[in-house]
Amino acid sequence: MMTKQRTRITVNGLRYEREVEPRLTLADFLRHELHLGGTHVGCEHGVCGTCTVLVNGRSARACLTLALQADGTEVTTVEALRDRATGQLHPIQQAFVDEHGLQCGFCTPGFLMTTLELLRDNPDPSDAEITEALGGNMCRCTGYQSIVASVRLAARRLRETHGA
Amino acid sequence: MKSAPFDYYAPQTLEAAVALLSRFDREGVDAKILAGGQSLLPMLAMRVARPQVLIDLGKVSGLDYIRQERDTIAIGAMTSKRSAEDSSLVRDRQPLFHAATKLIGHQQIRNRGSVGGSFAHADPASEYAAVAVAQDMQIKVFGPDGERLIPASEFFVSYMTTSMAGTEVLTEVRMPVLPTGSGWAIQEFARRKGDFALAGVAVTLRRANGLCADVRISAFGVSATAVRFPAAEAMLRGQAPSPELFARAAAAARESLDEPMNDIHASADYRRQLVKVLTGRCLAEAASRAA
Repeated sequence: MMTKQRTRITVNGLRYEREVEPRLTLADFLRHELHLGGTHVGCEHGVCGTCTVLVNGRSARACLTLALQADGTEVTTVEALRDRATGQLHPIQQAFVDEHGLQCGFCTPGFLMTTLELLRDNPDPSDAEITEALGGNMCRCTGYQSIVASVRLAARRLRETHGA
Repeated sequence: MKSAPFDYYAPQTLEAAVALLSRFDREGVDAKILAGGQSLLPMLAMRVARPQVLIDLGKVSGLDYIRQERDTIAIGAMTSKRSAEDSSLVRDRQPLFHAATKLIGHQQIRNRGSVGGSFAHADPASEYAAVAVAQDMQIKVFGPDGERLIPASEFFVSYMTTSMAGTEVLTEVRMPVLPTGSGWAIQEFARRKGDFALAGVAVTLRRANGLCADVRISAFGVSATAVRFPAAEAMLRGQAPSPELFARAAAAARESLDEPMNDIHASADYRRQLVKVLTGRCLAEAASRAA
């Protein structure tokens, strides 16, 4: 039972190759094998959304993806948002700071990654579309209103930056 | 909330997957197919399921497609719900299935969850199951004896139970395109958006000379499998649509619900009431869309 197997995953542009137990989730792979602690783990059964990452550009719950299933994929985590050279926050992160889109911050990585996908698909979402997109992420601090405001602000700034 | 240990196989062909299933079946090893994993992995995490082996279909090519074959839309088992949601073919030609897709979980779930996985999982609250039994969908499976088609009415057997053999793999779901002019509606009631529905109803109907025709009503989340309501359908057939008629049909749907589920989420009576209310609303919505 549980023979370790090889998985090759590109995370934030870097290729990793590891032998892992089949039951290891992508979330635990990121945290324990790669020491990328930005992806948080809450419920571990696909309800809370804090472990949201992008797999091949699409949001996914890293707790509901096996590291072996992610073999051959490109994964983007919250660590990729901040500009490595300048240390500057991503416009989505900065908007969450400016609009108080977080309090304790535990759920924030998941919200940021969900927002990243949303604004790539839909640069000018309505409040209803923002609420719909964020439906799979839970926050126990903010009451969500400031998160919706953060996403709205991020969308506006990104549109201005890209001249849209 | 970690899964119990299991062994993992990622075959590259359907034949290899079936060979593995057959071998483990002979050896008495509990092996399960892993598709998108959005239902199975939570069950593993909670240890509701503890298979000894997972056989991942993720490396099998040729199971990710949506195509039209005459009056049928065929969707490969490993097609993501996101792909079904984004498909203009599904949206335009089978809008009920499209609307059902959007009710499933959240974006993160639909990005990874497969269409075929939902059918094989056979959750009683599955929106797809209700669409399948009302739209005469067919499910294609592949096993040691080759391929066969199972009508949806014979596919769903009970809670999380289908008529597939343990050595068969679901490969495709097939649905008739919705005839031009058909009205459709699907509505559900859940505590939060994306949660399992406490009850839901799907309806299609047409108008022929102003009268209701080809009425199909089904419900999900209320019994061991999705259920159809032939008595309520018969009351509507050939009749002029009206709020009074829809109210009587909705009451008939409620009455024909035989022992609905009764659990901590909702009592049987509450589910009956939801079915009545949702049936009435779906009939009105579907009729407003019917040409």
